[in-house]
Amino acid sequence: MAPLLQSSQPWVEKYRPKQVKDVAHQDEVVRVLTNTLETTNCPHMLFYGPPGTGKTTTALAIAHQLFGPELYKSRVLELNASDDRGINVVRTKIKSFAAVAVGSGQRQGGYPCPPYKIIILDEADSMTEDAQNALRRTMETYSKVTRFFFICNYISRIIEPLASRCAKFRFKPLSEEIMTTRILHICNEEGLNLDAEALSTLSSISQGDLRRAITYLQSAARLFGSSISSKDLISVSGVVPQEVVEAFLIACKSGDFDLANKEVNNVIAEGYPVSQMLSQLLEVVVEADDISDEQKARICKKLGEADKCLVDGADEYLQLLDVAGNTMRALCNMPQEFSYEC
Amino acid sequence: MLWVDKYRPKTLDNITAHQHIAQNLKKLVTEQDCPHLLFYGPPGSGKKTLIMALLRQMFGPTAEKVKVENKTWKVDAGSRTLDIELTTLSSTNHVELNPSDAGFQDRYIVQEIIKEMAKNRPIDTKGKKGFKVLVLNEVDKLSREAQHSLRRTMEKYSAYCRLILCCNSSSKVTEAIRSRCLNVRINAPTEEEIVKVLELIGKKEGLQLPSGFAALIAEKSNRSLRRAILSFETCRVQQYPFTSKQVISSMDWEEYVAEIASDIMKEQSPKRLFQVRGKLYELLVNCIPPEIILKRLLYELLKKLDAELKHEVCHWAAYYEHRMRLGQKAIFHIEAFVAKFMSIYKSFLIATFG
Repeated sequence: MAPLLQSSQPWVEKYRPKQVKDVAHQDEVVRVLTNTLETTNCPHMLFYGPPGTGKTTTALAIAHQLFGPELYKSRVLELNASDDRGINVVRTKIKSFAAVAVGSGQRQGGYPCPPYKIIILDEADSMTEDAQNALRRTMETYSKVTRFFFICNYISRIIEPLASRCAKFRFKPLSEEIMTTRILHICNEEGLNLDAEALSTLSSISQGDLRRAITYLQSAARLFGSSISSKDLISVSGVVPQEVVEAFLIACKSGDFDLANKEVNNVIAEGYPVSQMLSQLLEVVVEADDISDEQKARICKKLGEADKCLVDGADEYLQLLDVAGNTMRALCNMPQEFSYEC
Repeated sequence: MLWVDKYRPKTLDNITAHQHIAQNLKKLVTEQDCPHLLFYGPPGSGKKTLIMALLRQMFGPTAEKVKVENKTWKVDAGSRTLDIELTTLSSTNHVELNPSDAGFQDRYIVQEIIKEMAKNRPIDTKGKKGFKVLVLNEVDKLSREAQHSLRRTMEKYSAYCRLILCCNSSSKVTEAIRSRCLNVRINAPTEEEIVKVLELIGKKEGLQLPSGFAALIAEKSNRSLRRAILSFETCRVQQYPFTSKQVISSMDWEEYVAEIASDIMKEQSPKRLFQVRGKLYELLVNCIPPEIILKRLLYELLKKLDAELKHEVCHWAAYYEHRMRLGQKAIFHIEAFVAKFMSIYKSFLIATFG
């Protein structure tokens, strides 16, 4: 297997749009950037939005379209969270890259090649505040020769002085329609069979995240071959089947502790991830019509606590059992306080 | 040889409990398009068996010729050098290791040692199978930093190094790693499946199984196949021919925990707490993991309690287990749980019987 087969390339990379105009569903950004391509005039940019909506894709696409493959290496610096981005890197690597002047803009091989460089900072919200502060002056000093693209999920984690220096663009979660067309396109290219039910399942489990949808699709295709049912998709995605969540809730409603305990044991033995179970439980509880607001509040409070405990590394069985106990008390209108605590 | 090892399925075709998963894995290997894999599931469900069978499917019988190596690695960590001892199991094509053994130094193992192993490309004269496999156990016990370092390694060397990760709960593995792997959930075998396996072993050993005997063992095994086979063998040693009323003995430590539980139920006083502490120490000294003790203790106590107390006791068990995870010394938290239970139970008794 020395020369790896072409098929082992992740589809996410394979079907990444190469041009800005191909980016789906983000009309505003696309309009501004196509304009940029014509005028070669570009401010600092800040892209934010949920994962899998095309932020990195857009940034890479515009960089490629501006400089073309030849100049790309020398004009674009790409840093993401897996690279070290402490304050030292900002002071040395980024600063020295930003400081280098570039030749005046002459068109090369049909690419605009504007007279500046681009630094793409992916996952910028994971940079420390110190590192962000160190960037402020760098951005201004070298703004003649360097443009910064910040990409992040949570704009609140970017310090205000940086955000105010950039043109901000929000990336919206993809609508179901657009997701479907994209996925169908990939299915056609790869020769996959996807029925309508599987398609809607895929859109719902990926929740507007196209990257996740494509990853699931590829995993399922590897495991189950060319015709994929919605059950296959659920099994690769690690989502807990709806029946299990419902059975858990019914056991809680019954008020019988041993029944709930059995259900919890079942969840653990089947190997479902409890953190996933909790978030699906939340969804079901919040949308349920037969649960009063007060009950919902009690359950949600407990879910939050249990989630935090799980993050700390607490035991899954005990946490889920505790959630079951509390949910049961809430649903059966038992008092919130324990009676024998002193 | 123990039956557990003797009857461990060697190839993907022979696997009894997770046939569909085995078939899917086989398809992956034959298509020569094997991504990184993440196996997760409760203990005794067959993760390791599947992984070994998968390796055999990939590399043929050479994958079974493993040698154990205990090596000290010198790792350069900034200002000083660290010595990290690590045990590895390796064959010509795969290396198996347990990175979480290094405790808080696990980051260096991932950053240095695994990277080093991943970098070295195996040479094969035929130009075939030019990739190697790293099997990492207990990835859920890796620290956050170690997991983050892992994801870079996974991408960078993916051309000739495949990682097979194995863990109990996938909640503790970061999303970034999960999304880079093909996730394979291994559920615990159902009781019927366990019965089937036990009957198969019985037939091969030429044993007479009274009806319902296998089901009895399966029920006691808590859906862990390993445990079921072990206790089946224990029964064989203790008494043969089997009778359907034969007592299936549980583990020593479990009986010990049951004893502690009944101690606690009998008397709730500082003196009794002191005695219980001695017993808990005994268990800890014998290397029973503290969270398992706490879980078992809860299980034993729940059997004897009134329904209205169960919620409360469960809550405190979860509470103290969480604290135990954050803290350093397990005995404090187990004892705190026992004390809490005693106080709750005492006030319950007073409220009920005066």
